[in-house]
Amino acid sequence: MTTIERKDSARSDDRRPSPAKARTETPRKKGGRRDSQLRVAVLFLIPASIGFLVFFAWPAVRGLYLSFTNYHVPRDPVFIGLKNYITIASDPVFWNSLKVTLEYVVINVGVQTAGALLLAVLMQRFTRSMVVRGVIMLPYLIANVIVALVWFWLCDYNLGIVNAVLNSLGMDKVGFFGNESLAMGTIAMVNVWRHLGYTSLLLFAGLQAIPKDVYEAAEMDGAGEWRVFRSVTLPLLRPVLAFVLVVTVVGSFQIFDTIAVTTKGGPIDATRAINYYIYERAFERMDFGYASALAVILMIILVGIALLQNKLLRANQSDLER
Amino acid sequence: MAFLVIGSRRNAGAATRENDASMAKSKVSLFFGRLALALVIAITLFPIYWMFRTAFSNNRAMFSEPLSLLPVDFTWGPLQRVLGLATPEAAMAEGGSGASINFAQYMLNSILACTLITVLQVTFSAMAAYAFALLNWKGRDKVFGIFLIALMVPGIFTLLPNFILVKDLGLLNSIVGIALPAMFMTPFAIFFLRQFFLGVNRNIIEAAVIDGAGQWRIFSRIVVPLAWPQIVTLFILQFIQYWNDYLWPFLVGQSESSKLLTVGLGIFKSQTPQGNPDWAGLMAGALVAAVPIFILLLVFGRKIVGSIQSSGVK
Repeated sequence: MTTIERKDSARSDDRRPSPAKARTETPRKKGGRRDSQLRVAVLFLIPASIGFLVFFAWPAVRGLYLSFTNYHVPRDPVFIGLKNYITIASDPVFWNSLKVTLEYVVINVGVQTAGALLLAVLMQRFTRSMVVRGVIMLPYLIANVIVALVWFWLCDYNLGIVNAVLNSLGMDKVGFFGNESLAMGTIAMVNVWRHLGYTSLLLFAGLQAIPKDVYEAAEMDGAGEWRVFRSVTLPLLRPVLAFVLVVTVVGSFQIFDTIAVTTKGGPIDATRAINYYIYERAFERMDFGYASALAVILMIILVGIALLQNKLLRANQSDLER
Repeated sequence: MAFLVIGSRRNAGAATRENDASMAKSKVSLFFGRLALALVIAITLFPIYWMFRTAFSNNRAMFSEPLSLLPVDFTWGPLQRVLGLATPEAAMAEGGSGASINFAQYMLNSILACTLITVLQVTFSAMAAYAFALLNWKGRDKVFGIFLIALMVPGIFTLLPNFILVKDLGLLNSIVGIALPAMFMTPFAIFFLRQFFLGVNRNIIEAAVIDGAGQWRIFSRIVVPLAWPQIVTLFILQFIQYWNDYLWPFLVGQSESSKLLTVGLGIFKSQTPQGNPDWAGLMAGALVAAVPIFILLLVFGRKIVGSIQSSGVK
């Protein structure tokens, strides 16, 4: 976001001379030209506005309204006020879904961010290869569904290579997806595998933006590697790190695909994350009102997290601009 | 002062001694650094290799050699049966389910839907980005801000009403129904292109205005060609995203003529028998769905990696 603002101000500086000139030379024409640009702008914006109004704005309003209704498709929605929200407040499946989602987010984002940071530092120090970067980001380009299925197969209890290796080493087999206490962690790690490289490339770009002389100064002062990382790299990387954290936390709160093709919320409720619960309510029980209310709650949580993270990590300020 | 001098001299002495030590240390760290990177690459590539290995294995023979690094009893069978080229008998003989699965058809559906979405979305988003970046009108930045709010709305929130809308329009089980919500614009695409349009040299545009060119002409003949590399990058990024999308196409496209590859895979998985799944067939289907992405990465790798490094928004 900071880059946009900067560009904006640069642009308005460029602009200033030309309207001023227009004003002095042809004062009448200026107004006319502005209007004509508004008309052209409207024409250019027609298709995008249709998309925005019909498929973002209107559904958002409608979704909010539906959350106050009893709407069992195909019957018509009936306004019931806050009843859905009251029911949700005492819905154990909802609270469990929040707990399970949180478990996923903590494992997924925690491991992923730490691993990506390490990987980014490794890349910065030891390789400039485009091939390495391409390989590292490959999993991110493969569909969630495919990644989920491949790992489901790798971790299969009977034939999967992971359990076959464990077995040949004389260890017990592990039901990675079938064990209630392991399933969510397994799913979180599968998506760490998918996102690690992508996240590390974002952080890597942030690392490269740190001026070299800061490191040189730290080295002159005799700071050790860990000290440099903790006192120089990490603080200067903070804006990028904050951005990455907001994106990954908001993204992983919406975990769905992996669950839908592997555990389907099970065993018992162990992987019934909030997004999957919304899907089940809406499309398996056709309870759109209740599902909409759940979606509203999810949105409030996500906006809250984004705002909170931005504030805590002071995302917009860089330590470079003192 | 004296204290300082002594201090710095001692530092100098330590530095020369440390030099040899740090040389040795850097060699060791280079070794471990490279080793760690190699490990990451191995962990990244192994599951993908395993997908290939399994896709060319005989599903019946596989359980006897779960540790074999090469395909077990190499065969084209799994690929043939997911592409609808094998007879049910041949499929059953290799441990397939015999159910008809046609990934060739799903591939065609995926290509159609993703092309439709991406071509229209990038075109319309470019037009909007032009209005937000290079036209002068009152309230421009406010309207742009409102468009950006849509970035914050979680997918599931608009998905439910959009599903009802598409259902009411009678577009369930059609490619158009799948494409509809995304094909007019996405805030990300507008945001992405606006940034590049802002960097277009205004003197060129001024010159075109003096020559009497209209805004559409300036847009299509000057700005779009100038930003063409970024437009192609955006096209690829969005194509991959919709290629990989699952929930929306799963809800809207359930018929054979509208099922996308990811959806077909999910259904294939749920149909495969619990006790004795057709892993080879499943991995062959995954391979069919993933290969176009591998090709895109091979051809446009530099663009894709570069774009994610520079824009960072997605």
